[in-house]
Amino acid sequence: MNLSKLESILKGRNSQPHQLIEVLHDVQDTYGYIPEEAMKEISKTLGVPLIEVYRAASFYKAFKLKPSGKYVITVCNGTACHVRGSKLLLDQAMSQLGIKPGEVTDDGLFSIECVNCLGACSLGPIISENSSYYPKMTPARLRKLIDSIRQEEKEEVEHAQDSYEGRSGDFASAASPR
Amino acid sequence: MHKIATREDLETSRRQLLLDRKKTDKTIILCGDTACKAAHSQEVIDAINKELLMQEMDATVQLRVTGCHGFCEQGPVAVIEPGNIFYCRITPEDAHDIVTKTLRDGEIIERLLYTDPVSGERIQTEAEIPFYKAQDRQLLSKNKEVNPCSIEDYIAIGGYTALAKVIDNLSPEEIIHEIKVSGLRGRGGGGFPTGRKWLECYEAPGDEKYVICNADEGDPGAYMDRCVLEGNPYLVLEGMMIGAYAVGATKGYVYVRNEYPLAVKHARLAVQQARKCGLLGEDILGSSFSFDVDVARGGGAFVCGESTALMASLEGKVGEPRPKDVHTVVDGLWHKPTTLNNVETWANVPFIILNGASWFASKGTKGSKGTKILALTGRIKNTGLVEVAMGTPIRHIVFDIGGGAINGKAIKAVQTGGPSGGCLPVDKFDLPVDFDVLYEAGSMVGSGGMVVMDETSCMVDVAKYFLTFLQDESCGLCAPCRLGIDRMLEIITDITEGRGTLEQIDLLEDLADTVTQTSLCGLGKTAANPVLSTLRYFREEYEAHIINKECPAGVCKALIEYSIDPEKCTGCGRCKRACIHDAISGEKKEPHVINPELCQKCGICRSECEFEAIQVK
Repeated sequence: MNLSKLESILKGRNSQPHQLIEVLHDVQDTYGYIPEEAMKEISKTLGVPLIEVYRAASFYKAFKLKPSGKYVITVCNGTACHVRGSKLLLDQAMSQLGIKPGEVTDDGLFSIECVNCLGACSLGPIISENSSYYPKMTPARLRKLIDSIRQEEKEEVEHAQDSYEGRSGDFASAASPR
Repeated sequence: MHKIATREDLETSRRQLLLDRKKTDKTIILCGDTACKAAHSQEVIDAINKELLMQEMDATVQLRVTGCHGFCEQGPVAVIEPGNIFYCRITPEDAHDIVTKTLRDGEIIERLLYTDPVSGERIQTEAEIPFYKAQDRQLLSKNKEVNPCSIEDYIAIGGYTALAKVIDNLSPEEIIHEIKVSGLRGRGGGGFPTGRKWLECYEAPGDEKYVICNADEGDPGAYMDRCVLEGNPYLVLEGMMIGAYAVGATKGYVYVRNEYPLAVKHARLAVQQARKCGLLGEDILGSSFSFDVDVARGGGAFVCGESTALMASLEGKVGEPRPKDVHTVVDGLWHKPTTLNNVETWANVPFIILNGASWFASKGTKGSKGTKILALTGRIKNTGLVEVAMGTPIRHIVFDIGGGAINGKAIKAVQTGGPSGGCLPVDKFDLPVDFDVLYEAGSMVGSGGMVVMDETSCMVDVAKYFLTFLQDESCGLCAPCRLGIDRMLEIITDITEGRGTLEQIDLLEDLADTVTQTSLCGLGKTAANPVLSTLRYFREEYEAHIINKECPAGVCKALIEYSIDPEKCTGCGRCKRACIHDAISGEKKEPHVINPELCQKCGICRSECEFEAIQVK
């Protein structure tokens, strides 16, 4: 873990316990989750007991204690999406990827999240893939979306393999999902 | 934007900005809200921008990207002024025609006009569209006039003149009196009289006081606050400034949901711009009034919609509520007197100050004044954000504005007020949107979510949906909420899975009563509402699940079977390809069959079938 980024997040926030939630947001945005080492540093800098840092990080839904997949499929389960069949989308994603919400596929490519509302209720059911939104989604379109991401990733790996065979490059780093 | 140090500066800036605006003779207003962005409005905006440059029309046409216009179903949408021409479902390929035909030659592009689903007619102007015509858009109509990243736009349309008015002419007591007389009640769900709240905070002892804007819109199926804060953050800030001046606060916070990245961005930008031109900071508009605002992001906890939990979160703690025997207006954020209002409540304040309390009170009913923004969603034709005068009957909203049911299904209920609200059946649709009337009927106005349900929704499943939500979101601090919701969900699950008994309904009602009476905070106290309201109005559905072991709407998986009607099946194979459980088999052009052993009853096949051949029994 690169601690220099954490340092810049904590800069100027010494002994400011009320900044805890904002700091956790910044750490989440930077690292994609809240690493244990980060919690220890936050505890020291802000002057908040470690148990309280952990408590906040595990209480609020916005914070993840484990890294997510490279592609996060977020299924909105707001009321409006629910009555328009968001359950179908969740079933589709879970069956196709073989994981449950909060889990990551073995290859590290996908994770599924459920969210209470994305606030785009008039376009339900809606999902997001990282920061792209897909309104009025159907199971069939979701299937195609996941397939197309897999295909792209496969091509990228093959491309990396080709260049590895062509000239000496670091194949392992090119093919790793993150 | 240069410094605005006095009221005269504000007036001079406004005049100058209006003159600048007159330099362009046409304006195209495009919606850049989250919902329209989801419908790829950014590509449309880029294409139109490019086209304007190519046609060398960028000096004569103003392109204004704004917040939500309301009619999200039809997005991306655009309005062209003068003429009020309304185009919908625009694609980047339409940019050339819009610029050359409409903006240059004044021609109407028929294919981009809205078609009324009832009459089949194409409608040219926004004002004539039934969805808009039937509304009273006091707050939402401003979205169209303001680029949410431009404080200049807000000042040009008279922004901050309400603030100038109170600083120059009104004492805190007079402002509070005005708000009291207007009859404004909290738009976040509680419906508490705003003037009374302000007065108590004003009278509370202490020099250090706070105002907070609650933008942690946690109700699933509601997005009014997102659109107001995203579309016109300046208006919300102005409301907060007036409130702070009235109660004597020097510091404010906007607590905004992190799931709304655009709202966070726009709120932060609005604060920065206001600071830069001196509208936030020391000695505002030449007076001795000093005030500043910070934007804090919520952590995605529904309970933080509760005022004391929100304040705990702002203090950097876990969002748990505390007993409110001493109100937050006396003992709030950091134990200081605090006035917390919702986004829409703050947004109403500048209009009340400018137009007068009697103007506001002239709209609405005896106990509920002004207008209310509603998020009209679910199984209806026109979904979107709607603003109507309080007292408007639900029927008018669902059928006249919402356009009625989709796919010829029968509308069964409307869910109002989110997880704290309830479901009202069609025979209650003549009830007005009124805090007290809806409360009496077992639901609530709440923050304004209105989710329409038709015969495809099972009301027991809806109750289960909300209980699952609340079980997940209960902070766990008090036992009645933590354990009571768990037990209620257990019973409802039994019912939806065919194990329910009639005695369990009595137990459910008993539990609901205990949770309501004994929970610590407002969320626990209202957690049983979805159960109680569905039991009150849809008891026969519960009984069908218990006695006949059937789910009339065909939703509850344990009580239904999927099969394929061989008469209707054309053997196209779509369902077979779509089935993620390999439960469907059949030769091409021959009727297919579902293997009940493998079928997981997810319903994906039914969503794929174009011939309505998949049956649920």
